[in-house]
Amino acid sequence: MSLGPKSKIFLEQAGYRQRRVRDAVRLLPLLGIVLLSIPLLWPRLEPPEAYSSGALVYIFGVWVALIAISAFLSRTMHADDDEAAPKGGSDA
Amino acid sequence: MPMTMKPRQRVDLMLSFNLVITISLCYVAILFMVAFLAERRATMGNATWLYSPLIYTLSLSIYCTAWTFYGAVGYAARSGLEFATIYLGPTLVMIGWWWILRKLVRIGRAHRITSIADLVSSRFGKSTTLGMIVTLISVVAATPYIALQLQSVTLSFSVFAQSNGQVWHQADLNATAMWVAMGLVVFTVLFGTRNLDANERHHGIVMAIAVEAVVKLLALLAVGVFVVWGIAGGPTEMLARIDNSSITLWDHNGGRWISLLFLSAAAFICLPRMFQVLVVENADERHLAIASWAFPGYLLLMSLFVVPIAVIGLDLLPTGSNPDLFVLTIPLSEGQNGLAMLSFLGGFSSATSMVMVATIALATMVSNHIVVPIWLSMRPNQQAVISGDIRHVILLARRLSIAGVLFLGFIYYRLSGGGAALAAIGLVSFSGAVQILPAMLGGIFWRGATRIGAAAGLSVGLVLWLWTLFLPSFGADAVISQAVFDHGPFGWTWLRPQALFGIGGLDPLVHGIFWSMLLNTGTFLVGSLVSFPKPLERLQGAQFVNVFEHSAAAPAWTNAAAGAEDLLIMAQRIMGSTDAQAIFEREATRQGKKGYLPEVTPAFVELLERELAGSVGAATAHAMVGQLIGGSGVSVEDLIAVADEAAQILEYSSRLEAKSNEQEQTARALRDANAKLTALSIQKDAFLSQISHELRTPMTSIRSFSDILRDGEMTDAEQKRYSGIIHDEAIRLTRLLDDLLDLSVLENGQVMLNEQSGSLSELLDRAIGAAGLLNSDLVILRAPEVANVTIKTDLDRLVQVFINLIANARKYCDARHPRLRISVHDRGSHYYIDFVDNGSGIAFDNQQLIFEKFSRLSDGAKAGGAGLGLAICREIMRRLGGDITYLPGQYGTAFRLRLPKKRVPHALAQT
Repeated sequence: MSLGPKSKIFLEQAGYRQRRVRDAVRLLPLLGIVLLSIPLLWPRLEPPEAYSSGALVYIFGVWVALIAISAFLSRTMHADDDEAAPKGGSDA
Repeated sequence: MPMTMKPRQRVDLMLSFNLVITISLCYVAILFMVAFLAERRATMGNATWLYSPLIYTLSLSIYCTAWTFYGAVGYAARSGLEFATIYLGPTLVMIGWWWILRKLVRIGRAHRITSIADLVSSRFGKSTTLGMIVTLISVVAATPYIALQLQSVTLSFSVFAQSNGQVWHQADLNATAMWVAMGLVVFTVLFGTRNLDANERHHGIVMAIAVEAVVKLLALLAVGVFVVWGIAGGPTEMLARIDNSSITLWDHNGGRWISLLFLSAAAFICLPRMFQVLVVENADERHLAIASWAFPGYLLLMSLFVVPIAVIGLDLLPTGSNPDLFVLTIPLSEGQNGLAMLSFLGGFSSATSMVMVATIALATMVSNHIVVPIWLSMRPNQQAVISGDIRHVILLARRLSIAGVLFLGFIYYRLSGGGAALAAIGLVSFSGAVQILPAMLGGIFWRGATRIGAAAGLSVGLVLWLWTLFLPSFGADAVISQAVFDHGPFGWTWLRPQALFGIGGLDPLVHGIFWSMLLNTGTFLVGSLVSFPKPLERLQGAQFVNVFEHSAAAPAWTNAAAGAEDLLIMAQRIMGSTDAQAIFEREATRQGKKGYLPEVTPAFVELLERELAGSVGAATAHAMVGQLIGGSGVSVEDLIAVADEAAQILEYSSRLEAKSNEQEQTARALRDANAKLTALSIQKDAFLSQISHELRTPMTSIRSFSDILRDGEMTDAEQKRYSGIIHDEAIRLTRLLDDLLDLSVLENGQVMLNEQSGSLSELLDRAIGAAGLLNSDLVILRAPEVANVTIKTDLDRLVQVFINLIANARKYCDARHPRLRISVHDRGSHYYIDFVDNGSGIAFDNQQLIFEKFSRLSDGAKAGGAGLGLAICREIMRRLGGDITYLPGQYGTAFRLRLPKKRVPHALAQT
């Protein structure tokens, strides 16, 4: 009898894929931050009103992409996995 | 009042103001109905759909308040795309739910957290002080925001009134605001304080805000669609109009862009109302996974038409119109009364749903962390907990807090006189709530965070926020005089509210967020590093940070001295008798007792405290239980004991593992030994049967021939021959017995060795002489080097071996001209003496066998030996410190003797 389940080092393919999906979920906000910081690199225009609707389209495009990726990932991920057991109960 | 807008007068199509009032009252009535039905369904138990991820996602929409509904357009008109940061921040938090939200929800469920103040207080040792500080920050930060909602509802009413030709004065606005506030108090008290357990879901409220979420989304989308397709004429035209508009879409203010992204992301989890819907009202962790994309989708839709509406509004409406009300005034000015009404309801929904949840969240915090602790501290010990009706006190406190919070908002609204741009207040309010972020995140990710650090950080953050953002938001000379703005208090220029430490020129908002967050976090970290936590803090810290690992939890109470009855009385006064009795009965049953009074074990006290925490917050529950228990809380020694216990169990289990390995090894050794014994036993049996056979053969012939002799009547020749046979057999018998005795002596190690020096050559001569080669044609070849070797050992024994080997060659060598070649090799410490004949050799399978006792290959009778010769040779050689082996691959039978030049000590020791 050992305390707690020993975490496995190597997993079968399905478990491996799940781990990578979780990694992707973790990384997604970083991708969002990077993409949303890109506008800071845009050239400065004179006058500033000259920025066309392209800026608007970029921001909303990034937004849609993030939502789509997040939806894909959350559907790919099995919620009731070892790490994400939802039934914690009141004893934890 | 800043409303300077004059909508186009189209009297014929106007909505009458009374109609607006009627419709909004009907809408409120519908909300009441919805809330009531949801509540009833929930009590009847068939309300699983209330727990769906859709409802959860929609309930999050209280993030989009009237500030979003009306203010976002105004924000976009002033600052372009910057408005989107307010929704992109929460998007980042939601899609990154795995990091923070998942942990918050898990902690919230495990510890029955009732509010963000409860979370911070519970994490840092159930500290009452921290609960108070967080509550204070939240109330101060939320008050302007609630005022903002009242203002927006009032303003939208006044728009209709004005479009109707009425001119509203400040008094009318105030009266409207008051009526709205009172209506909200009634609704919130009715559905928000039905049950005391703040940790349970408020089904009525949640359902109402879900409906309102749909209404406001539809309203904004409807206005947006009308603007893009109805006015602009399609998306392409709309984009062209945006290109030509005077709005600065992107002004390259990187500091503000990043600061606002951070601010809205942080506020999304720190605002008390968001914490309420995200964590407290969360029914299932899996809903987060769905909300992680669904809620950003909602935010996207809410923001999609903001810029178009702003652009069209600026184009269409007279200059000087308040862009904060474009959502309402564009449909009105275009004569779309139905759309305007829908838009009004959308704004109304946004405001009311936010105010309801915010007041519930704040009221829970105020009653649990301020009112009840004060009430408790005013009562003498024990009496407070078991006498007096706590349940009613707390419920009353919560109801009064709801009224109080709304009243504060109303007062703020009156004092600020309507305020300037909506968005500015919203951001100031956000940055106040965000001051909780370091303590909260530090608390759930860092076990080293301490109560002192958290309290210091929160206080520094609060003070800096008040000085740099909140007080200046009233404007110059309102609270802070212009002189202080310019030169700092008492002439200390480094303390100017918008240029701390002399660093001026920053955007005031960026400046305030930067300094307050930096110093807040810094103080929190340093304070945590230098202070030492109390045992309860360490216990809670470990449980919060490691919430996903079901680690061995230390009991928070070590000595439960209270009577079960006292505890039951207290629990009944807080939870109501039904719930309390159910808990006690369940525990009693679990312990195998009947009735309602279980044994008061530390585990039970902890369970009870957690249940109570769901109603009154962790700090109060802990204090109340502590009063009954007598303050015998956990100590450092207990924590260490628990850690030791865990370590001991670990060690014990690893010891067991080692022991079982050991036992396995022993078992294997035993099995081997057993196998050897069995083999030995078989060998012994074989040996006995062999020996009796060997003894019987000569005995039989001796007996039969002696019988013949006894009978007499025979010739002398016969007599001579027979007695010769008897003599021979007797000799053979003696030799056999000698051999056996010899072997037994050798095997038992009882042999005495008589060490001498001698020439190998001489020894061989002796052996050949004794081996009986006279009648044999065996030729013995001696290698020349044999002559020079001198050996120091027991020579007689060695000769015995030689004789045996030579005799063997004589007996068994089946070559036509048998030859035995004897050679010797000097191998350092040993001599190798080889005896190789030119016979047919011994098959591989038998090479080991030949050294066993009584082993004779094929017919041994011919040779007349008992098969003990080689066994004796081996024993002798071993006694002499050497060995005898069969040497394969020599084209004949070959034996190699290994003889040490000096006898090894262990062989001596055995003598």
